[in-house]
Amino acid sequence: MTDSELLLEVSGLSKSFGSAMAVNNLTFSLPKGSIVGLLGGNGAGKTTTLSMLLGLLEPTSGSISLFGHDFISNRHAVLHRMNFSSPYVDLPQRLTVRENLLVFARLYGVKNAGKEISSLAADFQLLELMNQPMRRLSSGQKTRVSLAKALINRPEFLLLDEPTASLSPDVSKWVRQRLSDYRDQAGGTILFASHDMREVELICDHIIMMSRGKLIEEGSPEALKNRHKRNSLEEVFLALNENGGGA
Amino acid sequence: MRSSTAGRISALLMRYFFLLRSSWPRVLEIAYWPTVQMILWGFTSVYFSHSSPELTAGGILISAVLVWDSLFRSHISYTLSFLEEMWSRNLANLFVSPLRPWELILSLATVSMIRTLIGMVPAALLAIPFFGVSVFELGLPLLGFFLNLVFTGWAISQAVTGILLRYGLGAESLTWMLPFLLAPFSCIYYPLETLPLWMQSIAQYLSTTYVFEGMRALILKGEWVPELLGKAFLLNAIYFILGLSVFCLSLRSARRRGLLLQSGE
Repeated sequence: MTDSELLLEVSGLSKSFGSAMAVNNLTFSLPKGSIVGLLGGNGAGKTTTLSMLLGLLEPTSGSISLFGHDFISNRHAVLHRMNFSSPYVDLPQRLTVRENLLVFARLYGVKNAGKEISSLAADFQLLELMNQPMRRLSSGQKTRVSLAKALINRPEFLLLDEPTASLSPDVSKWVRQRLSDYRDQAGGTILFASHDMREVELICDHIIMMSRGKLIEEGSPEALKNRHKRNSLEEVFLALNENGGGA
Repeated sequence: MRSSTAGRISALLMRYFFLLRSSWPRVLEIAYWPTVQMILWGFTSVYFSHSSPELTAGGILISAVLVWDSLFRSHISYTLSFLEEMWSRNLANLFVSPLRPWELILSLATVSMIRTLIGMVPAALLAIPFFGVSVFELGLPLLGFFLNLVFTGWAISQAVTGILLRYGLGAESLTWMLPFLLAPFSCIYYPLETLPLWMQSIAQYLSTTYVFEGMRALILKGEWVPELLGKAFLLNAIYFILGLSVFCLSLRSARRRGLLLQSGE
């Protein structure tokens, strides 16, 4: 794979909080147009990794090259080309869905914001909710708005932290389908952090498994299952953890 | 697709406008407190004017209340707008957007100025028919006094928002405490000589002291002393740099410690 086909290159990325190593010497890359799952149990370092890739957290060491730019020293060169959604972050609750989307459209410099918002609202089944304040929405509806916000600038790189956490199975399936459509139609690259092994297996074409801050395995879901002679990613993950997190 | 600085600032201004529009108590509150303060001190002033006319000469008491409130309003308006982002767990959305920290500061300062004017102008206008006191008669120096106190408010706000970023909502009470800490040293209602010496030595480093000394000289003696305003501006420039430094260092610290993702309640 040539450098021009890579959207993200992470090398030797580490983050420590005092003596605790949250992410330890992580190296991986993301090809353009891929959906990559960042998989791991609680405390594996997924959210810490995402935070560093968003510029919310300063790494202790290592490098991040995004769109060919040094992201750590110059994140503002590329922030307009990416977006994210996380259950740990809300949109202003007193603003309506339409107001929130208008604010973020302007923040990202979206041309024809009204048209773009209407299109997203239709796509994410938000038309009837547009004048509702965020605080009156159910968690499934909030997730749909959060994803619409994450796609408002048609990001080339979309980072999602457990986007289907606490959602019912039907809404989770709906979200997965929308993300697949986005990749197929807009060519976006998606990094998808989750501890839901089955979900990651369903949507991702490449998996990065983490445990205790380290990358313990990576490859396509099929390759990982074949390599470890298991029937599911969950079994692969459990087997790797039983072996002390090593590949 | 790339936004401009003006576009990003206008996006935040739009966000705060939507917020105000969504809650009539918030709109009412902007003008409510300055007006209540003015009325309360206005009647106090009327009462004192019978027994001690020197205390209330030229409407000094009401003018001092109104001018001091511009510091408090500018600080509260700035900090509350920032707190809204923390309360709604929206800070991470802002910090991963193309918005730059200085654009956030400029947006908060603009909102603060708008809210301060909305709050202060009606109170100042109402003081004319209620008590026959017009701060506008101070002329151009009023603008100098007002701007100085607004700058002091912003300097405090920058330090407070920095501390909020670093220590979270546990430090929220600082928002209300800090301006009141300055008040006794600022000689709002009394001359500098009234303070004991140890307090005077602190007061001389406060821009607010020079603002109120200047205002008293203008109202009571009809003397315009530009040096006092100059000192106030100089001290404010220092405070502003200090406040900005606290904010920038705290933001960096929050980024190092991973506090930006989970900065809500």
